[in-house]
Amino acid sequence: MNLRTTLRAAALVLLLATVGFWAAKGAHRGWSQNRVQVSRTDEVTGIVFTAYEVRFVPGVEVLGAGVALSAALAAASIFVRSLPTQKSNP
Amino acid sequence: MKTLLLPLLASLSLAATAVAAPVSFDFKDPKGVNAIQFSLDSVLEPIAGTASGITGKVNFDPANPAATTGKIVAATKSLVVPNSMMNDHLLGNDWLNATANPEITFELTKLDGAKTTKNVTTATVIGKFTLKGVTKEIKVPVTLTYLADAFGKRINKPEVKGDLLVVRGEFTINRGDYGIQPGKNEDKVNPEIKLSLAVVGSAPKA
Repeated sequence: MNLRTTLRAAALVLLLATVGFWAAKGAHRGWSQNRVQVSRTDEVTGIVFTAYEVRFVPGVEVLGAGVALSAALAAASIFVRSLPTQKSNP
Repeated sequence: MKTLLLPLLASLSLAATAVAAPVSFDFKDPKGVNAIQFSLDSVLEPIAGTASGITGKVNFDPANPAATTGKIVAATKSLVVPNSMMNDHLLGNDWLNATANPEITFELTKLDGAKTTKNVTTATVIGKFTLKGVTKEIKVPVTLTYLADAFGKRINKPEVKGDLLVVRGEFTINRGDYGIQPGKNEDKVNPEIKLSLAVVGSAPKA
């Protein structure tokens, strides 16, 4: 496999991995979160309060960075000269 | 007869005083439910978080809710938003400068237009709100819910006697009025901050 094909394959894998990771973690369309807000209710007082679960939710900047890097790899592949395959001498 | 009557009258008088006296409710919640929620519009999504380090005392008389006074304090460093980088910015020198301004306080000085139905009082609190070292008088519509003998049930110890007072209120402030980036970054972070208060105070009886 030549360098051009390798770059294009890497770009595709990175794109799919980024979009898949972002979608699997909730497809959050805001900024990334290091802790997630969860509403809970105190039974006696009826107060609805916010608790936090510590887990990472990727936001659009993670998606954007992955897509941008993938695009950069794909663009780089255009400028890489395809090396001719070596032919064995008879 | 006289010797019996005098102590009886004295104890009745003491009991009446005890009933009429305002009760001091402690807002350091043993269950950690108390928090002030805040929200401000921003690019992409609103920045919403909580300040959970609540302390303070409110003096409330069930027989005279209009006489309620007290102070609720939130520790500035207890402010939390879901994004840790935003959290650092929020507590940093450019925004709240939490090290120099460790407390956010709301002092209840007067209740206007108090109306009580059963155990619920609605009123407008006139109080002093202090944020980032700046104090301003504000008016906040509040609901006070007095839950007699509910303290023990809440801490799963029904044998412990005591009352609860739930304070709920919502208000909006302008961050620029409190020296938080006045006139700056308004295209990225809205100058208006919505604050929502839902806290419970306890008054255990000995």
